[in-house]
Amino acid sequence: MPTIYIDDEAYEVPEGDNVLQACLSAGIDLPYFCWHPEMGSVGACRQCALVQYRDAEDTRGRIVMGCMTPVADGARFSMKGGPAGEFRENVIESLMLNHPHDCPVCGEGGECHLQDMTVMVGHRNRRYRGKKNTHRNQDLGPLINHEMNRCITCYRCTRFYNDYAGGKDLSAQASHDHTYFGRQEDGTLESEFAGNLVEVCPTGVFTDRPLVNEYTRKWDMQSAPSVCVGCALGCNTLPGERYGKLKRIHNRFNDEVNGYFLCDRGRYGGSFVNDEQRASFPGLRQSNGTYNAIESIKAIQTMVDWCTSDNKLAAIGSPRASLESNYLLQRLVGEKNFSNGIATHEASLLNQISQILRNSTVATPSMRKVESADVVLVLGEDVTNTAPRLALALRQSVRNLAKEMASAMNIPLWQDEAVRVLAQDQLSPMYIVSMSDTPLDDVAAETLNLSPNDIARMGFAIAGQIDSSLTETKGMMEEFDADTQKIIAQISDSLKGAKRPLIVSGTGSQNATVIEAASIIASALQSKGADDNDAMLSYCLPESNSLGVTLMRTDAHASLEDICQRAADGNIETLVVAENDLYRRAAKEQIDALLSKVKNLIVIDSIDTPTLSQSALALPAATFAETEGTLVSSEGRAQRHYPAFLPAEQRDATWHWLTQLGQALAFPGFDDLEHFDQITAACAAEFPALQNICEASPQADFRSKGLKIPRQTHRYSGRTAMRADISVHEPKQPQDDDTPLSYSMEGNTGTQPGALLPFVWSPGWNSNQSLHKFQSEAGGALAGGTAGVRLLEPMNTGSTAENANLPAKPKAKKDQWQLLPIYRIFGSEELSAHSPAIQELIHKPFIQLTPEDAANLKVSAGDGIVINIENQDCELEVQVNTNIPAGCAGYSVGLPGASWLPPETSVNLKDAQIQSNSGGDDV
Amino acid sequence: MSSLPLTQNINEQRDPVDLAAYEKNHGYEAVRKALKEMSPADCLQEVKDSGLRGRGGAGFPTGMKWSFVPMDDASEGHKYLVCNADEMEPGTFKDRLLMECDPHQLIEGMILSAWTIQADVAYIFIRHEYHLASKLLQEAIDDCKAKGYLGKDILGTGFNLEMYVHSSAGRYICGEETALISSLEGKRANPRAKPPFPQISGLWGRPTIVNNVETLCNITHIIRNGADWFKSLGIGNDSGTKLFGVSGRVKNPGCWELPMGTPIRELIEEHAGGMEDGYKLRGFLPGGASTDFLVEEHLDLAMDYDVIGKAGSRLGTGTMIILDDKTCPVGMVKNLVEFFAQESCGFCTPCRDGLPWTAQVLDDIDTGKGMKVDMATLKNQVRFIGAIGNTHCALAPGAMEPVSSAMKYFADDFEEHIKGKACPYCESNSTAGGV
Repeated sequence: MPTIYIDDEAYEVPEGDNVLQACLSAGIDLPYFCWHPEMGSVGACRQCALVQYRDAEDTRGRIVMGCMTPVADGARFSMKGGPAGEFRENVIESLMLNHPHDCPVCGEGGECHLQDMTVMVGHRNRRYRGKKNTHRNQDLGPLINHEMNRCITCYRCTRFYNDYAGGKDLSAQASHDHTYFGRQEDGTLESEFAGNLVEVCPTGVFTDRPLVNEYTRKWDMQSAPSVCVGCALGCNTLPGERYGKLKRIHNRFNDEVNGYFLCDRGRYGGSFVNDEQRASFPGLRQSNGTYNAIESIKAIQTMVDWCTSDNKLAAIGSPRASLESNYLLQRLVGEKNFSNGIATHEASLLNQISQILRNSTVATPSMRKVESADVVLVLGEDVTNTAPRLALALRQSVRNLAKEMASAMNIPLWQDEAVRVLAQDQLSPMYIVSMSDTPLDDVAAETLNLSPNDIARMGFAIAGQIDSSLTETKGMMEEFDADTQKIIAQISDSLKGAKRPLIVSGTGSQNATVIEAASIIASALQSKGADDNDAMLSYCLPESNSLGVTLMRTDAHASLEDICQRAADGNIETLVVAENDLYRRAAKEQIDALLSKVKNLIVIDSIDTPTLSQSALALPAATFAETEGTLVSSEGRAQRHYPAFLPAEQRDATWHWLTQLGQALAFPGFDDLEHFDQITAACAAEFPALQNICEASPQADFRSKGLKIPRQTHRYSGRTAMRADISVHEPKQPQDDDTPLSYSMEGNTGTQPGALLPFVWSPGWNSNQSLHKFQSEAGGALAGGTAGVRLLEPMNTGSTAENANLPAKPKAKKDQWQLLPIYRIFGSEELSAHSPAIQELIHKPFIQLTPEDAANLKVSAGDGIVINIENQDCELEVQVNTNIPAGCAGYSVGLPGASWLPPETSVNLKDAQIQSNSGGDDV
Repeated sequence: MSSLPLTQNINEQRDPVDLAAYEKNHGYEAVRKALKEMSPADCLQEVKDSGLRGRGGAGFPTGMKWSFVPMDDASEGHKYLVCNADEMEPGTFKDRLLMECDPHQLIEGMILSAWTIQADVAYIFIRHEYHLASKLLQEAIDDCKAKGYLGKDILGTGFNLEMYVHSSAGRYICGEETALISSLEGKRANPRAKPPFPQISGLWGRPTIVNNVETLCNITHIIRNGADWFKSLGIGNDSGTKLFGVSGRVKNPGCWELPMGTPIRELIEEHAGGMEDGYKLRGFLPGGASTDFLVEEHLDLAMDYDVIGKAGSRLGTGTMIILDDKTCPVGMVKNLVEFFAQESCGFCTPCRDGLPWTAQVLDDIDTGKGMKVDMATLKNQVRFIGAIGNTHCALAPGAMEPVSSAMKYFADDFEEHIKGKACPYCESNSTAGGV
């Protein structure tokens, strides 16, 4: 490690760093704006100036920018000496020429990097006497507020939005001191990652619109480390609360998982917590269908009555509920009577994936490792819409060629623009074989759109090209035409030559053979790919705990269909459903039949669902932001989320409803389940695959320097005032015996484990830029360790799958269209669809037709079409899409109003009823 | 062998030189000679030996600049030569003359330069307003292609070179070589940080040389007549001739090819005919709008890079702007800074915000609203913006050169404005601020 001198003090710094990064890592407060640890340096703001001396004798030195200067052994710098201090102050003074003095009403105030840097450089007196420039702001949609007057032109927004996230509709416009960052015209920002602008912008140009509409300062927010429930990736989040409402979600840094960025579903989808449809009290259904609010104690008593009457008891858990809630439920009703609530087909796909992951010698990468892939094959998955943050990681992976080229020319990788200039549009290859077009297509070397079985067959053919000894792939190649064979050969050659090839697939295509194909390719690469290659295999899964509940599955468990059958046979009197809307799992007819046969339906859920509305007893559950829980991400990483605030009224955590029930029933062992950690430990003891989940985060008795970790910042204000309209006496703060966190400002933060970071804040660093104070080095892992524990590591010797699931050749059926599941980041996921900001962006249910089919059916984009799926009419908007494979139609999955789509559904569109609505646009 | 090679074919009374006429006067002889008899290394050595320094303003030795281009076989793919014809420096009008009157001289120089660095694509990045030059250059290129001087397998030597004329979008910053490259790529005309230098990673990330029109025109003559001949042309320390210009209140403003090292006095008094009647010389910007003022005491200095450098200014483009005694120096400097503030690309803070701030202070002083503290502010601005390295590129430090030197040579004027709360030149019916 080189040694550099800053004001004659020696520092050992990481090789290859720039001086700014080295200073921050060394704890030296060198102000900056445009540099970002994930996006590197461009030298725009000139804020991180210091003086560099030629040698120890040089007393004059010259001004250099820390972010643009590589560290070199023996290099001498000064923060204090020479003109650097004055220069840094001048930079701020210049930035302030046009920056409005609106801090008191600015959404960034109190967590503004510009405020921090202004104070840090000591700029005080304004010399400029001219007028301030002003700009017109744009309406950028429901997620982001635009206030251009505050812009200090650091270019971070466009560098993130365009360069990093691949957005196309935000740009730097005009020039000199009129430079403007916005869209060509008003309109919702198109990128799925636009929300990160809120955190990337060092001041208040881009602010969180839902937060601004119901504003609370950072210092007044109570927060706790949490995990996103918007998909299966398990991005780490920081929900902030005030007055019992979730105000916003910020990114919580995890070097292996989400790094610095979230997707917009994750950032804005959590507001379902504030949904006014949520029940506050347990409800007992009356004969007229309305509910009577009852006290918790009465609800428990009712449950006891219903659960002890006889043993015709069953329960349905959920892949969006915590391991603990699912575990307690199955313990209460017994393995045989428990279903994890996943539809049979999806459950079998998840089981298949879990078997592959548990027995494979191929590693499942973290998102950080995904970024290191040098060749990527995406098989059957629209990653941006099913696992959005992973798409951002894949977008970084295609830059590895540029990084290699730069390294070969000794260009440091933090020299962001130089690296991009060198490589221009040359990218590491990513091949996308999917059912339709995807938002990652713009960085793909090749894209192919096929039906799921054809995707699988292509996957098998690729595997066969990589490893010719595979028997199951025989003859697959020959089934494709010459042009496609060329592409297959190109993909397999490219993968074979890769050092870190990555295969991405998942449940999106709802097809077992696609999943199989991905696994076979990855295994083939490991044995027949480049020498010492680190082949990786990543599966996108549907829900936040899909993998967790699958790892919990035993052969004794009932399937959802089993439960339906038993109910039909009259063998279920009481059914407990936890955090699951069964209408999203199976056809309406089937669920209606199930629920009508159950005498006592108890539903515990945090949101209002059609299933909850059928319940005899409805119990209001706490959300991810109001309770603790362990979730297993698609990477196999177990992570704990903590309550940021207590659930209102008689809402309670599902696990707590269930422990109370077990204790009231005097169920054996439930007396020992007083605290959350005990449930986690019992769950870990019961399931071998989950044995390490207790390591996901510290236990409740953890103390940092003898103190709990505060959820409230040291400037948390108005604790008495906020209840003054009710009583001037401040109530005692709630005790928290289940976690190491306290509902208090008192405590210690700064040195705690990474899993327990409730907010980032450091003296002088009020904004999220203070993160480096919590990292082992600027941009590195948290000093307290990476949050979460990986449950699945590759085996030394794998047991290859016994009988490969061979993809059948699709048969074209006359007048039948196979419906392909099409996912949308906004709307396809259940919880986030309850968030008001997200709701504004949800499209109505649609069907995508090829132009030929649309012409033959005499429909055009914008028309309505009614199709019947499993005896239910479903009204869809016609979209015309040239990328839909022949014989198929795209069907929007999960959007509010769309019916559940059974696997491999085909419909006759010729019989469909058409509602003409000319004037729509083609997609 | 003309002693004024750059303008040997130029006669403004005649039509521009066409291919036939150009060839008649030894045109494309150098190309024949180089491509058939000289290796790229030979050519490079000739240019190095000639002592040619860049005529665009910075005066960097051309041979040395070229020597950083990787010439090994490993550097597969395109290499580019770009002619910087984006002549937008206020007061500078020399490249226009060369392009409008003798386009083939530039094209021949570019073919030779491309051969030297083994570039296979060349661009002429030309100022948008130079419609005539664009047209003439395009016609000349077409003629060359027909004649086999450009295109595939030039003169049967196997050397390929495609040449394109690209009209600039009309920003001053496009003349900065890396901003020019960004602009040529279709991006915002923001300069790029160096290193890496364009010779390593330039246009489209490939090795690229950007040279000024006049620099490239010189190559033709250096290759044809040799380095020693070229060196002998200069009468001072530097080699060759140069197009020098004078604008301002002189009797005969214009542009002339003269030996390097021609004394300033000769330039102003002989070629430009001296000051207009009734006007006295106050000072002059020797190399265009972004160079420091020099004054009467410097009149006997030679127009050489190092001589002018030692005097505290720069030879720049060699096109001089004269300040007379009836023009307000504060107004003139304000006018210049406003220009540079307007032309800032907006990338780095000192330039984007520091220049408008400086312009505002100068405007206050010029219009009688100045305060004593403003002089301290201006000095601060010079320290803040005026040093290379403080900013992303050289635009803003260049813009501050007239400011800092005006404060040195015309300090009384500033003081008078502030004390008198008015511009003293306005009463004397001068065109304050006119350049």
